[in-house]
Amino acid sequence: MIGDQVWLLFWTLIKIVAIVLPLIIVVAYLTYAERRVIGFMQGRMGPNRVGLFGFKLWGLAQPFADTVKLLLKEIIFPANANKFLFLMAPVITLATAFAAWAVVPFSDGLVLADINAGLVYILAMTSLGVYGVIIAGWASNSKYALLGALRSAAQIVSYEIAMGFALVGVLIASGSLNLSEIVNSQSGGIGSWFFIPLFPLFIIYFISGVAETNRAPFDVAEGESEIVAGFHVEYSGAAFALFFLGEYANMIMISALTAIMFMGGWLSPFTGDSLIAQPSILWFFMKTGFFLLLYLWFRATFPRYRYDQIMRLGWKIFIPITIVWIMVVAVIKVYKPEWIGG
Amino acid sequence: MLAEYFPVLMFLGVAVGLALVLLSVGFILGPRNTNEEKASAYECGFEAFDDAHMKFDVRFYLVAILFIIFDLEIAFMFPWAVILDKLGAFGLVSMFLFLFILVIGFVYEWKKGALEWE
Repeated sequence: MIGDQVWLLFWTLIKIVAIVLPLIIVVAYLTYAERRVIGFMQGRMGPNRVGLFGFKLWGLAQPFADTVKLLLKEIIFPANANKFLFLMAPVITLATAFAAWAVVPFSDGLVLADINAGLVYILAMTSLGVYGVIIAGWASNSKYALLGALRSAAQIVSYEIAMGFALVGVLIASGSLNLSEIVNSQSGGIGSWFFIPLFPLFIIYFISGVAETNRAPFDVAEGESEIVAGFHVEYSGAAFALFFLGEYANMIMISALTAIMFMGGWLSPFTGDSLIAQPSILWFFMKTGFFLLLYLWFRATFPRYRYDQIMRLGWKIFIPITIVWIMVVAVIKVYKPEWIGG
Repeated sequence: MLAEYFPVLMFLGVAVGLALVLLSVGFILGPRNTNEEKASAYECGFEAFDDAHMKFDVRFYLVAILFIIFDLEIAFMFPWAVILDKLGAFGLVSMFLFLFILVIGFVYEWKKGALEWE
């Protein structure tokens, strides 16, 4: 009996490592892909020098070189900083960004914890991430850090409302908080995916996700030209690396969630019995990768919003649209459930 | 039922552990030679004038308060949304009344200028 429990513990740990390790590698190569893709979009080469054993390999070893460099740098404490909170902030950011992955279903049944309130858990974890930002800005005791943290926090909570309303739309359509069931309720080819009946919510969810992760064009929190690096201006070395890891893990999270809730997760867009109509983890990766590419594409394409424009978009455009569309979806669900596959 | 949540707790532990390990590696491998100039808060090359915990715009408070109200509404709507197909027209009308009251408040905020940032 005790042996069984120890085994279960061990097995769970292996599964957790099997999620965390690939996630770190994907984060590392997302930074590489970001620099390469934006480089090509701007007619540059991007990093292409750092290779292995004298081969350049298109710079594929660049992320590892960056990681080693960050870990070897000094962690500087600002003179008047609250040291404990200063170190807690990056830990909170990274832990919440990674912990949300516990309930993400990669394929049918391929999920660490198939809990029935998965969506609420993810919402809770991504909301807790804002504490990392606030505490970092406060503990640094630097004017730029504080301003960046305030901007960032206000922006994150504003877009979280639009995101939450978009989630309510998904819940109405699927009738479940469990992420696997949300995917399974979209089965039946591309026509059954939720992005069609929930199209405005789909667009708003992804744009809010970009704003929520403080990425361009909503990156005023770290707008280099105004407040240097925002809330993490005083961070260096490994402490900065944690913020970096957390931010990119959140980007992948938003992309994966968009794929799960609106694009059918691991389901194939085709119907029938042929090979490409089979549900597969590859579909999930392809969809997630597509949304990640959109992130990079946005950064290469759009100029940065002004802060008042960001707040106007979040409060005066997204929230009214989501409220109206929730009502539309609710009416459809009650009177014409077959329109949303119900 | 709670057993399903145990891996979640473990994952949280692993995530915190990973963060602490990375920080420790940074402390062990990185150099430690700080000085007054290096430790001073970044302020465009000037000496830091005074404590950075200064007054800030009241609108940040307003946004935080509005956020709490709206986030609560969303939390209320989650269970309603999950079982809407069982509630039928009654559930629909109840939630529309609820949303109507929320929208009145929202319009009031809007007209009062709580959402203005110019």
